[in-house]
Amino acid sequence: MPLPDDYLIYPARRHGMDHDRYSWSHLFDRKPIVWPNGARIALWVMPAVQWFPLDMTGKPFRAPGSLTMPFPDFRHYTNRDYGNRVGIYRILEVLQERNIPASVAVNGILAERYPLMLADLVSAGMEIVGHGLDMEHVHHSGLSREEESHLVGHTLRLLREASGQPVTGWLSPGRAQSYATPDILAEHGIAYACDWANDDMPYAMKTESGPIFAMPNAYETDDRTVLMDFHHPEDSWVQQLKDRFDVLYREAEQYGGRVMSIPLHAWVSGVPYRVSYVREALDYILGHDAVWPATGAQILAAFREQSDA
Amino acid sequence: MSSDPGLYGFIPYNRRPKITWPNGAKIAVWVAPNVEYYEYAPPPNPQRVPWSRPLPDVLAYSQRDYGNRAGWWRMMEAMDNAGIRGSVSLNVALCEHHPEIIEACAKRGWEFYSHGIYNTRYTYGMSPDQERAIIEDSIETIRKWTGQALAGWLAPALSNNPWTMDLLAEYGLLYTCDLFHDDQPMPVNVKSGRLISMPYSLEMNDVIVYNSNLSSPRHYGEIIKRQFDQLYAEGERSGTVMCIPLHPYLVGQPHRIEPFAEALQHIAKHDDVWLATGREIAEHYYAHSYDRMAADIAALQA
Repeated sequence: MPLPDDYLIYPARRHGMDHDRYSWSHLFDRKPIVWPNGARIALWVMPAVQWFPLDMTGKPFRAPGSLTMPFPDFRHYTNRDYGNRVGIYRILEVLQERNIPASVAVNGILAERYPLMLADLVSAGMEIVGHGLDMEHVHHSGLSREEESHLVGHTLRLLREASGQPVTGWLSPGRAQSYATPDILAEHGIAYACDWANDDMPYAMKTESGPIFAMPNAYETDDRTVLMDFHHPEDSWVQQLKDRFDVLYREAEQYGGRVMSIPLHAWVSGVPYRVSYVREALDYILGHDAVWPATGAQILAAFREQSDA
Repeated sequence: MSSDPGLYGFIPYNRRPKITWPNGAKIAVWVAPNVEYYEYAPPPNPQRVPWSRPLPDVLAYSQRDYGNRAGWWRMMEAMDNAGIRGSVSLNVALCEHHPEIIEACAKRGWEFYSHGIYNTRYTYGMSPDQERAIIEDSIETIRKWTGQALAGWLAPALSNNPWTMDLLAEYGLLYTCDLFHDDQPMPVNVKSGRLISMPYSLEMNDVIVYNSNLSSPRHYGEIIKRQFDQLYAEGERSGTVMCIPLHPYLVGQPHRIEPFAEALQHIAKHDDVWLATGREIAEHYYAHSYDRMAADIAALQA
């Protein structure tokens, strides 16, 4: 049976994007941004702490890192939970030794399950970023608006109450969103989300209740992506981080400040031998003068002061 | 269905007429950036699901969008610095979405050829007339936005039908990039007119290197140089075509651009290299090599 003729009709073929979420502009054609003290690079480290329920269904799709073996998959459950007990502490130490302010993406349920860990993140001065309820609860358009709104509200209530922070940043489990996610997040007081992988700088998205900012979050140099999906060894990962930094640092001189985001997973980078590679990458970056280590909220605030959005 | 594509005859590498490129060049090199638009909410196709997650797959969509918001500029600067023009494998709807990109490429004398309308609209399931409609759309859109006559074709997402090559020849296109059987252009068997296969490459293609082979950026730079060195050395005997197919959303990432830029510099510093576009290679081949190659192939089949 041939395709229906409307397969050759393109209703969104027009200038800009094929949706109304944000307008198109390109990175090298924007007003240059200057970071505090004239820094060229805002260094944004964001480890994630994640909980994968033992009875997770993986429906309608599995967030990366999800359990894959028949129940009870102790192997993957515990390997991921390692990050919440041990790994995150190792990463925190590396950050604190270097006085690096950072954000930590936290599954909301962890505020209930491991309140001590959350309290330690807060007392270490980390910005808490909402990371969904847990790794089973992915956001997708099969959820009703009410269901998704409840999920976001519940997650943020847990994290805000436990941390005493406003919690204005968001990272969806698996970086997955429904058509409505940005609207729902903005309604709940979220100022920035880190799911979209299309830029090296923050940019404004439109929502029903004002703008929400997309923050750059380098998916393709993320520790889990490079080490677990691409199967590159750690020395190659660190090389890619350095190479990424060098290019951003160089082009910032001509085009204005850039964000060097380093997304980490506590269960990946918090493993003893791997944390030494994290140290190596951070020390390389901090060996440059014009680097401003900051949290996501600080970077967004500096950006908003200068941008028209 | 048939067991053989029926698109070309057999002629082994050691029994061919010699190809010499303009000014005695030993190798023709062309760089083919795929400037693509993937749709946020594409319609379903019975044979291929555009995105692996339920719509909207914002992660996968935004990774592609990165090419148009950021990556293309870095890629273009690397090519400018090596003095290399691009031959753009274009989802032609991008002319409407991002004419600013088209303008920047056109200003540099780059070629535009068609890679379908969107990379999320496949030809699977199309009738020949439906496929004619996307060829006509491509011809008109590229002429309207760039003034160029469409010469080349790479099927959207490499989706083909058994009759596709016949249709390309019917519309007077010069070359297809969908066939990977050779390092030299070859005549393609078509019902009417003429068509050649232009060496493209899966192995040099950043999307294969990064997304299928999961290679590192420095490895990509290394294999481009090795591919070039080997073909350049073989050019003492006969000229080949080296293609570097690109995707700005991949090669244009900050951690990937430098090894690629270095590899281009390596190529550009050699003498006797013809840095060309797809159309230029095709035109030279039709003028100097097509007839002899077709005759030799026919003689071998006899």
